[in-house]
Amino acid sequence: MSRVIIDGNEAAASASYRLNELCSIYPITPSSTMAELADEWASLGRANVYGTVPTVIEMQSEGGAAGALHGALQGGALSTTFTASQGLLLMIPNMYKIAGELTSMVLNVAARSLAAQGLSIYGDHQDVMAVRQTGFAMLNSSSVQEAHDMAAISQLATLRSRVPFVHFFDGFRTSHEENSVELLTDDELRALVPEDLVRAHRRRALSPEHPYIRGTAQNPDTYFQGRESANSYYDATPGIVTEAMAAFAEIAGRDYHLVDYYGAADAERVILIMGSGAHTVRSTVEHLVAKGEKVGVVQLRLYRPLPTEDLLAAIPSTAKVVAVLDRTKEPGAGGEPLFLDVAAALGEAHAAGRREHLPLLVGGRYGLSSKEFTPAMVVGVYAELAKAAPRPRFTVGINDDVTMLSLDYDPSIDIEDPATLRAVFYGLGSDGTVGANKNSVKIIGAIEDTYAQGYYVYDSKKSGSRTVSHLRFGPKPIEAPYLVSKAGFIGVHHWSILERMDVLEFARPGTILLINTPHSDEDTFAQLPEPMQAKIIALGIELWAIDANTVARKAGMGRRTNTVLQTCFFAISQVLPRAAAIDAVKATIRKTYAKKGADVVAKNEAAVDASVEHLHKLAVPVGTSGAKPMIPPVPSSAPQFVRDVTASMLLGTGDQLPVSAMPVDGTYPSGTTKYEKRNISDFVATWDSESCIQCGNCAFVCPHAVLRAKYYTAATLDGAPDSFQSAPLNAAGFPGSRYTLQVYAEDCTGCGLCTEACPVKPDGGASTRRAINVVPLPDKTAEIENVKFFESIPVNRRSRVDFANVRGTQFLEPLFEFSGACSGCGETPYLKLLTQLFGGRATVANATGCSSIYGGNLPTTPWSSNKYGRGPAWSNSLFEDNAEFGLGLRLAADLHTTNARKRLEQLRAEVGNETVDAILDAPQMYESELSQQRARVEALKVQLDSMSGPGVEDLRSVADHLLRRSVWIVGGDGWAYDIGSAGVDHVLASGRNVNILVLDTEVYSNTGGQASKSTPMGAVAKFAAGGKLTNKKDMALQATAYGNVYVARVAMGADPQQTLKAFREAEAYDGPSLILAYSHCIAHGIDMRKGLDQQYAAVASGHWPLMRYNPVLRESGKNPFLLDSPRPRMRLRDYHAKELRFRMLADSDPEAAEHLLELGQEQVNRRWAEYEEMATRGAERFAAVAKG
Amino acid sequence: MGFMETTYLGLQLRNPLVASAGPLTQTVDQVKKLAGTGVGAIVMHSMFAERLRRDAAHDADLEDSYAESFAEATSYFPTPLLEPDPARNYLSLVERSAAAIPIPLIASLNAADVGSWTTYAKQLADAGASALECNIYFVPGDVSLTGAEVEARHLEIVAAVTSVVQIPVAVKMSPYFSSTGNFALQLIEAGAYGLVLFNRFLQPKVLVSKMAVVSGLDLSTPADAHVPRTWIATLRNQTHASLAATSGVDTVGDVVAYLLAGADVVMTTSALVRHGAGYAEQLITGLSEWMASRGFKSVNDFRGKLAVPLDADANAYARAGYVSALENAQETYGSLA
Repeated sequence: MSRVIIDGNEAAASASYRLNELCSIYPITPSSTMAELADEWASLGRANVYGTVPTVIEMQSEGGAAGALHGALQGGALSTTFTASQGLLLMIPNMYKIAGELTSMVLNVAARSLAAQGLSIYGDHQDVMAVRQTGFAMLNSSSVQEAHDMAAISQLATLRSRVPFVHFFDGFRTSHEENSVELLTDDELRALVPEDLVRAHRRRALSPEHPYIRGTAQNPDTYFQGRESANSYYDATPGIVTEAMAAFAEIAGRDYHLVDYYGAADAERVILIMGSGAHTVRSTVEHLVAKGEKVGVVQLRLYRPLPTEDLLAAIPSTAKVVAVLDRTKEPGAGGEPLFLDVAAALGEAHAAGRREHLPLLVGGRYGLSSKEFTPAMVVGVYAELAKAAPRPRFTVGINDDVTMLSLDYDPSIDIEDPATLRAVFYGLGSDGTVGANKNSVKIIGAIEDTYAQGYYVYDSKKSGSRTVSHLRFGPKPIEAPYLVSKAGFIGVHHWSILERMDVLEFARPGTILLINTPHSDEDTFAQLPEPMQAKIIALGIELWAIDANTVARKAGMGRRTNTVLQTCFFAISQVLPRAAAIDAVKATIRKTYAKKGADVVAKNEAAVDASVEHLHKLAVPVGTSGAKPMIPPVPSSAPQFVRDVTASMLLGTGDQLPVSAMPVDGTYPSGTTKYEKRNISDFVATWDSESCIQCGNCAFVCPHAVLRAKYYTAATLDGAPDSFQSAPLNAAGFPGSRYTLQVYAEDCTGCGLCTEACPVKPDGGASTRRAINVVPLPDKTAEIENVKFFESIPVNRRSRVDFANVRGTQFLEPLFEFSGACSGCGETPYLKLLTQLFGGRATVANATGCSSIYGGNLPTTPWSSNKYGRGPAWSNSLFEDNAEFGLGLRLAADLHTTNARKRLEQLRAEVGNETVDAILDAPQMYESELSQQRARVEALKVQLDSMSGPGVEDLRSVADHLLRRSVWIVGGDGWAYDIGSAGVDHVLASGRNVNILVLDTEVYSNTGGQASKSTPMGAVAKFAAGGKLTNKKDMALQATAYGNVYVARVAMGADPQQTLKAFREAEAYDGPSLILAYSHCIAHGIDMRKGLDQQYAAVASGHWPLMRYNPVLRESGKNPFLLDSPRPRMRLRDYHAKELRFRMLADSDPEAAEHLLELGQEQVNRRWAEYEEMATRGAERFAAVAKG
Repeated sequence: MGFMETTYLGLQLRNPLVASAGPLTQTVDQVKKLAGTGVGAIVMHSMFAERLRRDAAHDADLEDSYAESFAEATSYFPTPLLEPDPARNYLSLVERSAAAIPIPLIASLNAADVGSWTTYAKQLADAGASALECNIYFVPGDVSLTGAEVEARHLEIVAAVTSVVQIPVAVKMSPYFSSTGNFALQLIEAGAYGLVLFNRFLQPKVLVSKMAVVSGLDLSTPADAHVPRTWIATLRNQTHASLAATSGVDTVGDVVAYLLAGADVVMTTSALVRHGAGYAEQLITGLSEWMASRGFKSVNDFRGKLAVPLDADANAYARAGYVSALENAQETYGSLA
């Protein structure tokens, strides 16, 4: 056995991979890592314990993965998969089949919440509880170590029992926690699961050598009996699991049981629980029993088949009250599932006379979506149980002020071992804090008799995200599956964080506080917010400071402060002797940075030495000074909901929001990013008004909508701040008008795409200078005033703007703004354009993925509205169903439009012929027509207000639908090419007027870069570590085959005008449209500032030929296939050379890279020839469109 | 020895035309195509070790900069199947190319420090290169550096590289030394099996239309052959080491001129880039025809015929050349006074 520091996903995957022959996989958080590791190990040729390298195959969805799994099992392969949440739900149909056929397998689940009122990627048991009825046995792990152990035990048990197993552990809390783990060796695993069981599994396979059929259709005469026929297998399973656990104990020395009891032998108050929470309760029980309390905990490991007798035996006969804690929620049920199971078991036993005393049974919910479950809460539950009449149903960990179900508890209770060092670090995603902490955990955890734990909390933004690392180090194994409190060490790695949130939330008297300060030693304390100063004084906190940014910069490490701050932690935390710690850090540096070369190693080592030199302990004054307040998360002018609810989430105090603060149905106000001035970059765009030619290119490509243009009369400038920039409007027909391009500096991420898009090279200055440049602007005060003034200038009237060209679009108000997407994101400019063109009448169905996260992840969301209160209505259903979901929105809109037109016709006499005809006959193609129709509808609504009658009421409820609604179906390539492919195809074939926008990054970006069917040949991605071997699917060509689908392939960085044209044509087309939009991405491994150049290269190399297919042209006898980009004028090699995803293969397998590149180039040539041929055909050679 | 055969760095070549380091060796197919033109040997484009390392560091940064910052994706790339090695691509190309062609493949290396020179030299030898050309491209932009220091650096590299590899090592040197001939001999003394004359410094150009400085590399022209040819003629009878001529080869006449001066092989990149790889075939045929027309039975029959004789007063020879050049110039342009 070997001791390592790994997370729960790796612990489980390590056992499961080595005991299986096949993994059919699909990425879903938080289980993706297990699949990624399996794929990686298989790519490296790592054999399982039986000497076979497992086959790993990525499928198009979890449904597909389950289907392949079912087939592989029927073929006799030892097969497994890894999933969570909605992914597990998609496997349910196959799970019934697999169980019904008594097929051995283990399905590993990092248990996660389900999408209900909102999606959550975090952990609870809602997903696994939704499969408890499938016939799978269910074994759960409560720690990282157990994730390894139970994966192995369940494998043995399934092969012996023939009952398939779900092995689950808590998503994030266990799947992502790093802890010390003893891994079984291959020999130990082989001894545990001997090969004769494998061969028995194989013998049950389908084979033409001894044919039979499985999967028959059965009739009323026999189905029922058949369903009962496997009862004895389920009856035997608990015993088999017990035996498996005993066999495991013999090999590994760790002893588990189906049900374990901890606590006082004569306990009167008992908690029954599964999962990681069991550890928390166990530690708390130990603490309470030591104080003489009669409490205990029953930990259930095998949930299905429910080991009733073991369960009953584990509950002490002295128990007066038992609280069953469920980490799930079943609205409307008599109780949560575990509670009901226990109630039935106890009740039955008592009624049958097998149990004399029936304890009072209560049910509680805890920990949904990784909500903290702490010893303090456990104490709160036991306190409730001590009451004469405990609440029969309760929640713990939240404040339910509506149905009053939540328990009170004292959050200050601390039961942790004082010998354990607890540390908390606040960092930003880009600074390497988490990576350094993971190193620290590994360094310390590798020392004999020392244990380490790491858990990392991220906010939901993809740029400028805040990370909080929770680390524990100690002489005993660390079993504390909850966040650190009362930390002995707190590191604040960015000054901006302490200005905005209480970084001393987890402090205790005497905490060592390390601050990365831009101020001098003398000034640092005075510059801290006053509440923080007061806390430092009150708690006697030991304050240390270093200007890590300067130290890192001088050491040649740019903005990566991780090495500097990690060194400081080791230098002052006393977790290890200082000299040994520094040596260990340097050793890690040599290992970590070896791939970057000797220079980088040397730079980091120099930074270590410089860190110690520049680290100072500061004297803490007796009183506060400066009276500097915390920076409020939102302005006082924000709407009340934003001030009360959103602001709390931004401050990191969302846990304290009561139930009453929450919308009951998941409906939230849109457009809240504008209140959150994140100030994530000191480098922001600045406009050179003198050089600018006002072309609008910069505003067009800005991913964050921080560049806004307006034109106005000169008189408007009265009262403008001195720093407000203005230039004469460069357009004919507007004499005397002025123009301003305003940078929203507090929202700018400094990505630099604007500079790259700018065609102006002003005389003089650096050759890289443009009319808009990203420059340091640490003090944004002037720009804040400028923005304020700019917003007082009216938005230009749409009817006065020619947005048939890029230049005109800059004057259209974006209704998608300041998203938390990656700095320089390649997707968001397309969404912004969509809202500028159609936002006031658009409904958006958004597939799960990057766009649903930066588009819809709380606290703040970017989809906004104009001054009339109109804007895109946005919703996310699921990942797989988005096309269908969007079609539903279209169908509903069409239904309402038909109804509205019918009602209007019926009310012709009252409303008046002129109005009715004008509305019903109105063309609604162009903006001017739409604007007139909107005015007519508004007037109609006013008129209806003075009328009455059922027809009037009905018309009023649907009158808005008299204006053509624009339905957009948006998502990434993982959705469109893979999981949602069938739906996209069906919706395109429906002929309905929907617009499908595929933000094509050629990879699953949100889950970390797994290959999709859009991934180009030769690109390295997760699940394609050896480079993708097949060509990218040509969805455009597939869609053109229908004949009635408008299709466009666009790349804003190559031809923004073509992009604009395609969006407008797609929307105007009265039928299905498909736009494939090239979206550069961090997963391509590029300098994001050069994203537009890469778009250009993709087009110029022929990888991404721009085209449009317009059925309207076919109808008028013209060739509908328009090839919009010139012949490839760049080798595919040159496009590939600039992206790490392609270079990676050349670095690891040059021969394969060269081969795939050659094939790729051939494919480009072949496809181009095909496109050229299509572009020059006669119209009659394309499918005609049926007249509707 | 056959009609056209020659020896370079101890390697038997089918003819003295060598395709030198340039853009035509990026893939195995390109190398095979070059070999198919009939050239005697191929020198790979240079492996710039420092640049490979810098690129690798940049790639590692690209990977790291977005890692560990978002709950759903703590990384965006798979763990590479092999530990990243910035040199692997080049080494693999050398290995596969060397195995794919029937003629010697000479690897070319440029590194920054002695440690890198020896590390990569060994790897290139292991990859199957028949010989190694040290492309010591060293521009002492630091004006505090003395000539002696520059020379010492060169000699140190040559000594270090030749001490770790068994294959022959050539040095591609620059002409800019106070006493180029003497220093050339010092390099040979330090272990170089041959010299490649000369490396051309890439000199930045001023783009007037943009008022900007751009880096640029022009293909060499026959005028560029004068300096190397002079030095080859001077050195030919001073050493038994191999001498390779490079720069300014465009016609058969240029090839012949170099051989007459004493070159063992004549290298060209510019002509092949300008006219296409197939042009090598024309040069070889042309050389063969010229030899036949003159009745030469082997290259050795005329190699070095115009070299400075060993017993000549080299200074006088050079002065004489200078004087005759002035006389020629006067004839062409009139009085230079």
